Amino acid sequence: MPQSASLGVDIGSVSTKGVVVDQQGRILASEYLWTEGDPISATKKVISSLHRQLSHEVQVRSVGTTGSARRLIGTMLEADVVKNEITAHARGTLLRHPDIRTIIEIGGQDSKIILISEGVVTDYAMNTLCAAGTGAFLSSQAKRLGIPVEELGDMALTSKNPSKIAARCTVFAESDMIHKAQIGHAKEDLVAGLCHAVVSNYLNNVGKGKHIEGPVAFQGGVSKNKGVSQAFQSELGQELFVDEDSHLMGALGAALLSRSAQRAKSFDWEIADLAFQTRAHTCGGCGNHCEIVSFYRDGSLLDYWGNRCEMGQVSKGSQIIS
Amino acid sequence: MNHKLVISYPHMGDYSIIFTQLFRHVLPEAQLLPPPLITQHTIELGSRHSPDFVCSPFKYNLGNYIEALEHGANVLFQTGMGCRYGYYGELQEQILRDLGHDFQFICLSRERAKPTAICDSLRLLGCTQSPPKLLYALFLACESCRILDRFDRFMRENVGFEVLVGSFESVRGELLRQLAVADSLQDLRAARNTCQQASAALKLNKPEHPLRVGIVGELYTLMEPFSNFFVEKQLAKDGISVSRLMGIWFLLFGQHRTRDLRDCGGYLHYLVGANGVHSISHSLNYAKQEYDGIIHMKSFGCIPELNATPALQALSRDYNIPILDLSFDTQTSETGVQTRLEAFADMIRLKKEYNDAAVS
Repeated sequence: MPQSASLGVDIGSVSTKGVVVDQQGRILASEYLWTEGDPISATKKVISSLHRQLSHEVQVRSVGTTGSARRLIGTMLEADVVKNEITAHARGTLLRHPDIRTIIEIGGQDSKIILISEGVVTDYAMNTLCAAGTGAFLSSQAKRLGIPVEELGDMALTSKNPSKIAARCTVFAESDMIHKAQIGHAKEDLVAGLCHAVVSNYLNNVGKGKHIEGPVAFQGGVSKNKGVSQAFQSELGQELFVDEDSHLMGALGAALLSRSAQRAKSFDWEIADLAFQTRAHTCGGCGNHCEIVSFYRDGSLLDYWGNRCEMGQVSKGSQIIS
Repeated sequence: MNHKLVISYPHMGDYSIIFTQLFRHVLPEAQLLPPPLITQHTIELGSRHSPDFVCSPFKYNLGNYIEALEHGANVLFQTGMGCRYGYYGELQEQILRDLGHDFQFICLSRERAKPTAICDSLRLLGCTQSPPKLLYALFLACESCRILDRFDRFMRENVGFEVLVGSFESVRGELLRQLAVADSLQDLRAARNTCQQASAALKLNKPEHPLRVGIVGELYTLMEPFSNFFVEKQLAKDGISVSRLMGIWFLLFGQHRTRDLRDCGGYLHYLVGANGVHSISHSLNYAKQEYDGIIHMKSFGCIPELNATPALQALSRDYNIPILDLSFDTQTSETGVQTRLEAFADMIRLKKEYNDAAVS
């Protein structure tokens, strides 16, 4: 018997996540891989991996996208819903933990706090200044210390005396870490200090002025880091829920949000074999110099964006000139 | 002066047409040259020659000046207010001189904003109008501000629901054209009446209880849509009724030192510079009227608005009303602002649906 399902894709700056869920929101297939600056190829890989994991019975009847490349990939997959990360994360989390009050999410390039009351988002904030409290910072520091980023958390837990790292800004935090290393601090203390720095940066920047009430869920790629998770628990003085799928919550939310679409024709997995291409050009119509991106499938125009006015229009149906 | 005056002034929203009207009456012989409309090029020019950490309105103004000078302007106007803005003029004049431009700079800031000082400045430029005529010109300009601000307030609340997209914008375009050429109170009244009637006749598809958002914050960022990535337009597209009290008319006649502080309902005990106090009093007003949300906008590093932020956070908690904080700078990413706005619109919509369902 054919089983109807929904596809959700969360294309972040660092990683691309995809899930296929059934009508009850149970995950039938999931994939998580690095975006590596190429959201189109990453999505193709995610799509083919999801397809391999699924039985032939499953028919995807709706598609949702979220994350910073949501519009590009939304066009590519002809998504029914293209949603911002905050709405998607809240939706995904509430399915698993309906009583959650606060969501702490730390991704590759941004971090956010979402406050929820009785299942409705009542307030949120995103980082505004810099990436000091995010995954990108952690992974660049891990690389510099020669430690795989996946092992950072376990290493931090072994420290008995975390170093204090000045973490207002990534560059200064790095200087401070180098300084501490040069005067003899142990590696695990530095790593633990780094985890604490991410937390204090988050609480002082994103969480400023917000009442963090329990139960608290911690998600995004960084939630997999046990060191950061423990630092949060000691700062906040309360238990944090880290779902086993905490890195997939955005994709899960996007899939759930798309559920009402129920298209007649099921999603075509062959999309992974088509050639998608983007072309950028600068419009010379006025002093705005809009950077316009045109998006093509097999050489014909699907959509374009970036123009502020009609002067930058790209005629539909135009062919790519190669 | 042996050469023809070519007068220019920075843009802020569409108020430049009112300056054009005013200067046409005050200095009839002079040529008026508003700078080219703000584009990305304007702000790039402005930032290249500004201190990096100065607030972004300074950079926009400077970009406007440079473009105006390139088009042949030789007299530039600037004003000032109770924050860093009060010192813009001196610095901008120096920067432009260092760039090698030749011009007259009339800065009506601080003590030079007094009526007698303004008169002296105008006389120096060769203004020969009699005092009653000057007063009448000023009166017409103020009245124009009032008409434009009133129209804009009505438009902000309703433009999101127009049946024919762009119909409000075209009525507003007509109003601006008529205000620019108006020479008498009769002209202004005629312009106001035709445009009010035209806008009242526009077909709206407005629900009984639409989503309502109030906008508060720093004056330039609020009034120059280019500098806030057209936030109000974006909200209107999402079907939200927008309210903003800040406008030139408000700045000229709406401020009241003691009353404004009292209107903050205990959230503020001292003035915090420029319009920080109004951000709070207006927000409190919106909260009491049960608006669905408030957007607090400022240029990056705006001290008065930063001072107002803790009070706004307390207010947000007490009245359970979400306040979105947006800071704008030349380094601000437009995508980031759009994501936050989208999420904000989603949030207040779902919250309203939930509350409405709970009531019924």
